[in-house]
Amino acid sequence: MNASDTPTGGPVSIPALLRRNARKWGARAAYREKAYGIWQTWTWTRTLVEVEGLAMGLMALDLQPGDHVAVVGRNRPELYMSMVSVQMAGGVPVPLYQDAVAEEMAYVLEHCGARYVIVGDQEQVDKVLEVQDRAPAIEHILYLDPRGLRKYDHSRLHALEDIMAEGRVAHERFEAEMKRREAALDYDSTCVMLYTSGTTGKPKGVVLSNRNIIETSKASSTFDKLSEQEEVLAYLPMAWVGDFIFSIGQAYWAGFCVNCPESADTTMVDLREIGPTYYFAPPRVFETQLTNVMIRMEDAGRFKKHLFDRFMGVAKRVGPQILDGKPVSSTDRFMYWLGNLLVLGPLKNTLGFTKVRVGYTAGEAIGPEIFDFYRAMGINLKQLYGQTEASVFITQQPDNEVRPDTVGVASPGVEIKIEENGEVFYRSPGVFQEYYKNPESTASTKDDEGWVATGDAGFIEPDTGHLRIIDRAKDVGKMSSGALFAPKYVENKLKFFPNILEAVVFGGGRDRCTAFLNIDLTAVGNWAERNNIAYSSYQELAGHPEVLQTMREHVEEVNASVAQDEMLSGCQIHRFVVLHKELDADDGELTRTRKVRRRIIEDKFADIITALYDGSDSVYTETEVTYEDGRKGAISATLSLVDADVAAVAQANKVAAE
Amino acid sequence: MKDMTEGYTTPDGRQIGGVMMEMKNITLRFGGVVAIKDISFDIREGEIRAIIGPNGAGKSSMLNVISGFYHPQEGEVWFHGKKRPTMRPYQVARQGIARTFQNIALFEGMSVLDNIMTGRLNYMKSTILDQALWWGKAEREETENRAKVEEIIDFLEIQSIRKTPVGRLPYGLKKRVELGRALAAQPKLLLLDEPMAGMNVEEKEDMSRFILDVNDEFGMTIALIEHDMGVVMDLSDRVVVMDYGKKIGDGTPDEVRSNQAVIDAYLGVSHD
Repeated sequence: MNASDTPTGGPVSIPALLRRNARKWGARAAYREKAYGIWQTWTWTRTLVEVEGLAMGLMALDLQPGDHVAVVGRNRPELYMSMVSVQMAGGVPVPLYQDAVAEEMAYVLEHCGARYVIVGDQEQVDKVLEVQDRAPAIEHILYLDPRGLRKYDHSRLHALEDIMAEGRVAHERFEAEMKRREAALDYDSTCVMLYTSGTTGKPKGVVLSNRNIIETSKASSTFDKLSEQEEVLAYLPMAWVGDFIFSIGQAYWAGFCVNCPESADTTMVDLREIGPTYYFAPPRVFETQLTNVMIRMEDAGRFKKHLFDRFMGVAKRVGPQILDGKPVSSTDRFMYWLGNLLVLGPLKNTLGFTKVRVGYTAGEAIGPEIFDFYRAMGINLKQLYGQTEASVFITQQPDNEVRPDTVGVASPGVEIKIEENGEVFYRSPGVFQEYYKNPESTASTKDDEGWVATGDAGFIEPDTGHLRIIDRAKDVGKMSSGALFAPKYVENKLKFFPNILEAVVFGGGRDRCTAFLNIDLTAVGNWAERNNIAYSSYQELAGHPEVLQTMREHVEEVNASVAQDEMLSGCQIHRFVVLHKELDADDGELTRTRKVRRRIIEDKFADIITALYDGSDSVYTETEVTYEDGRKGAISATLSLVDADVAAVAQANKVAAE
Repeated sequence: MKDMTEGYTTPDGRQIGGVMMEMKNITLRFGGVVAIKDISFDIREGEIRAIIGPNGAGKSSMLNVISGFYHPQEGEVWFHGKKRPTMRPYQVARQGIARTFQNIALFEGMSVLDNIMTGRLNYMKSTILDQALWWGKAEREETENRAKVEEIIDFLEIQSIRKTPVGRLPYGLKKRVELGRALAAQPKLLLLDEPMAGMNVEEKEDMSRFILDVNDEFGMTIALIEHDMGVVMDLSDRVVVMDYGKKIGDGTPDEVRSNQAVIDAYLGVSHD
């Protein structure tokens, strides 16, 4: 360790960290990307050369300090490097969600006033061109993949590599100025601006400083002992704060290699080839993988299935204990070792988890079975709780203290307090500077002492100190009887069934709860196949009487479990409907990070909700849908509404007992 | 039309070159059946040329004449300004003409990669012995050809199925793999026999985009047969219309669309 690692006088910006890494680990890999079937490598030295080239190229296009530069595309080394180039030239990178439709993109481009947009391919170029009259500040578009762009007007459209080459040629003109701008970056200058996905209303631009990013990366790298030896796979949206912290913050701080998949479809294969040591995935990814494993095991031969069941049983019993270093009998230890040799090891290898040392999941609650499955296999999967406004980390689970129902203890450097209404507040070095051009929101979220409202309701477990999140604070309401209404708590329980992809529970201010369900096409489709149930469309499968029956059983099971909880027993579901379409971000029903947008769903499907409460057996509805290319269409369906049995409330039992 | 040197400019601004292939008074008979009757047309450098017509019009036969699979009883085929003698299909392939088939003709048990690799056959010169020993030339060749194949896989966006056996793929993807194999031969002229047959709207859109991109990125000349009028009119620069073995129209999509003989053949005409 040399002196530059100490906080005082250490690197205070991402470009400064890049220079340190190029000095320290010049020949080590900084980025890898699979192209033409082979992993191509960028060393730290090459990364620095390319980042400098592009920075000067951007200056040749008249980039001024403080200019916003939007970056849109799938995870590719050049796009990560271009964000650092922007910083080096004094600008502020603004990564955007690549699957945003033109409409959404228009808003953020206009709001941040970006003069430059750096994009991955033709698809993104088209989107930017489509909205450019609504975002008049845009002067130049730089693209990475030239395919299909030959015939476009190139007066304001440039290939990224051309600009990089121009920058290098012009280094005598720009190098001194670039170094000057880079030196002017300090701990308080803006590192990046990220747009929140916006569960409610318009997205907000969260301004994060170098201090936020670097302090957070430093603390979290120390917490999990990350070193330059780690391998990560960058496949989550670049616009998401987590990816910025993992693939830029921590990667530059700890000096590890970021691997980019060949295409979105090959991610799972690439994951297996890379064998990451540090891995992050939202619960949905783990869920999908587990569903796939289970479906394939259903189709496996009897002997294999027997082996799998036998050793998974052992693993579920003792795996988590072994992982946490708790005592386990030597017979169990031997059986686990054998199981690892015969079943778990090969399975982990197939999933690409052989080398995972630290795995995180966050964003949504994860089903206990799913969580336990991965921990049983010996994967150190943990939960964290974070926000864009906190530069991700608020709480995380230390090794050996992992449980599915909590989100862990306060991350290093973070203070937490719970207000009287149950809302969680935090204060940390990672706390954001402001919402861009939105002082009212900034003031209502962050107080003068630096405490930030999370908007989530939760409590700290007295004996362990772990934080438990119940729901969004504003979603927690009262039913007409005065009982507590926490929709997400029930929705999560429903979503833990592999057959249920999404659930939305209603009941605030009403006398009882009802729910919308989305079937999981993979799981239910496979079930239909095995049971010779023919269907021609999603809609038909979703409305199949046997599917409805299964869903009813699931709902009743959840009701029984909800009834156990005295506080929340009023949230049992009396009636439900299986929706004829999947809730979709393109239709505005989910956010881009796939969180339910309650108000929008309530408005859009008001007719179905009315029917759920007026006692009718079925309802005819027409819904507008948006296709991936932005065109609109409508689908109509007659949905049957199903009653579910409600379990006796625990409270009632107590009264009876008294 | 008969100008051998000068080309023309398409409405979207692409420059089309001189005549690459010319069919002169082709007549093809199977016994007493006349499949093609005295047809002449040309294919120009860099253009997308379509042959359309109702079922049994002789479109596929025409494609088979171009690819050397059928030999016409009368007429001449001129390629790059030279009259082509009677050739076997493999000789035609070596001249730089590759094709896809109406009913997919891939090796079902082989992977996508290997299937596309077979398209490189004309570029492999090493002997069986070289290959078996895997030394020197054979290894070098394999690397070069594999690089080319990987470019095509990237171009067609089929990286995720690179190692999947073709037999396991859905129809639309098989069609794409077949296009990949034809591209692997780096032909001067690419013949596509009903590339959209049996596809859904989305697959058709994908395929159309690939055809346009092939033409645009590689500057490849394309002759295609297609049933779907909408697709043909959008894709091609010039269209030949056949009916009962005869040519009833030839020109830009707009010209063909307003040609009375074509309208009659497609929509039927009342015999009163």
